[in-house]
Amino acid sequence: MMTAASDDIVIQVRGLVTRFGTQTVHEGLDLDVRRGEVIGVVGGSGSGKSVLLRTVIGLKRPDAGSIDVLGYDVPNLGEAEARALEQRWGVLFQDGALFSSLTVAQNIEVPLREHLRMPEPLMDEIAACKVAIVGLPEATADKFPSQLSGGMRKRAGLARSLALDPEILFLDEPTAGLDPIAAADFDQLIRDLKASLGLTVFLVTHDLDTLFAICDRVAVLVDKTIRIGTLAQHLEDDHPWIHAYFHGPRGRAAQSTNK
Amino acid sequence: MAPPATIVASEESGALIMRAEGSWLVTSAAELDRRLHALDLPSDRRVTLDLAGVDRLDTAGAWLLLRTEHALSARGNRVALTNVRESFTPLLEQLRARSGVEPLPHPIPPHHTLIGFVARIGEITIMLGHRVYTMLGFAGLVSANFAQLFWRPRRLRVIATLVQMEQAGLDAMPIVGLLSFLIGVVMAYQGADQLRRFGAEIYTVNLLGVAILRELGVLLTAIIIAGRSGSAFTAQIGTMQVNQEIDALRTLGLEPVEVLVLPRVFGLVLTLPLLVFYADAMGLLGGALMSWSTLGISLPRFLEQLRGAITEWTLWVGVIKAPFFAAIIAMIGCYEGFNVTGSAESVGRLTTQSVVESIFVVIVADAAFSILFSLLKI
Repeated sequence: MMTAASDDIVIQVRGLVTRFGTQTVHEGLDLDVRRGEVIGVVGGSGSGKSVLLRTVIGLKRPDAGSIDVLGYDVPNLGEAEARALEQRWGVLFQDGALFSSLTVAQNIEVPLREHLRMPEPLMDEIAACKVAIVGLPEATADKFPSQLSGGMRKRAGLARSLALDPEILFLDEPTAGLDPIAAADFDQLIRDLKASLGLTVFLVTHDLDTLFAICDRVAVLVDKTIRIGTLAQHLEDDHPWIHAYFHGPRGRAAQSTNK
Repeated sequence: MAPPATIVASEESGALIMRAEGSWLVTSAAELDRRLHALDLPSDRRVTLDLAGVDRLDTAGAWLLLRTEHALSARGNRVALTNVRESFTPLLEQLRARSGVEPLPHPIPPHHTLIGFVARIGEITIMLGHRVYTMLGFAGLVSANFAQLFWRPRRLRVIATLVQMEQAGLDAMPIVGLLSFLIGVVMAYQGADQLRRFGAEIYTVNLLGVAILRELGVLLTAIIIAGRSGSAFTAQIGTMQVNQEIDALRTLGLEPVEVLVLPRVFGLVLTLPLLVFYADAMGLLGGALMSWSTLGISLPRFLEQLRGAITEWTLWVGVIKAPFFAAIIAMIGCYEGFNVTGSAESVGRLTTQSVVESIFVVIVADAAFSILFSLLKI
């Protein structure tokens, strides 16, 4: 079901309501993501950042409201539309969510096998390409997820989400649990990939450095809805939570290092 | 729809020009790959890869271009990429910088060769020896902790033991009872069928008495408990291992064996004999019911025949094995639980392994008991 979304907006959320039992997480949430931007979603624990991500990619049904991704009505996708849409986005879950019984290369080949017909050697080549592009050593391709460190698993997960060269990349806390050096490398990697592949990135994070380093706009989940704007705008905002978030000791430290 | 991706070669003033056109995307990569392999690559020439006609490019397309460029250079050609759109440059640069020329050949898994096969047998043998060694070590650790209880009996966790007895014993009664009852029914039915040919139906009772009391009751119960409680022990302790709860216990000055293993071993050792007794009774009940309905042997006659067929030792021979089987099941279950390393996946693997191992060891122990009893002429 194609709806009339303007070409510039790739994700459009209108009036989203999410409830768990009697607890309301989102109440009339609106969000627009433009093509080619990196949008960071932040919020306190339990404010529904990951729930928002899961709802936008269709893993959770919204209780009300509409979600439009690349012109598709996500909550009401038919089977063929879902397949078409799945080829156009990539998702990186928190710990990579690699299939533990497959090697890294086989993990990357899963979407290729599922969606395209391709000779075996070419698939190996493309998998090796993706391994290289996320900055993993070549030998990683034949390793199993259990043989990798947390940072490498995330990179491998990113390689799998890039397998079909998606237009939108969803990242759930990509730098959580990484040491500062690995986290900074990962930020740089996202920036490089965005530049070279023209990605739109939807990023859920707690990492202030990541926000300051790579996000074009930031969406803050407060009071069951969202306040979206550039970092400069948020720094001016006098909402107590937003103020505490960006002007707390960690916020100030991140600002000064990324000036 | 995007124009299909193609590559066309043509001669122009002494140079070979290869024109790439269309959308070089992952969706058309298979077709492009076929075309590129079909191309006749020249040697020692000037070759121009003209990308003027390429309107879209992704990683797969860029890889195919770079691969072609590599292949041409490798044949001694001087290659130039021309008319590259500005928006494609970062991608090409990044791929060129990061990727190797050739993809890795997948190494053949070593056990697919004969030497690998032999080596694997050797590895497994050594691993098996190592397992037996560490398992004995674990049994020793548990025994040492057990021995300490004699001069510090207050360290036995009575409530935890009672909880284990409830979970492993009381909660298992429906399934153990039902299965024993059904086995009694089946045995009586099959036995009667065979013995009727000799006109010796009444000996069905002897068959039931001896088989259920000596072997089947205890073995069946032990196997059910291995599947039910042994696996639960591995899963519980394994999950605690994943959550670092075991480490937390140690840092709080608690001995994991004392807190987790002893209550489980005690609980099972005390419960299994009772369960076996109950399973024996249910098995005989099933047999009696079947004998009455198909052979017309009344309950008093059944009991009279049974009294002639068995001695009290027939019962004891079965029940006496139960605490040993219980200790085996509980220790293997706990031991495998402690073997869990980090991942949730290893909890599943070791749970399966613990059930298989404990059933195996229980049956081996049962065979050992048979030999012992025949030497003792019981």
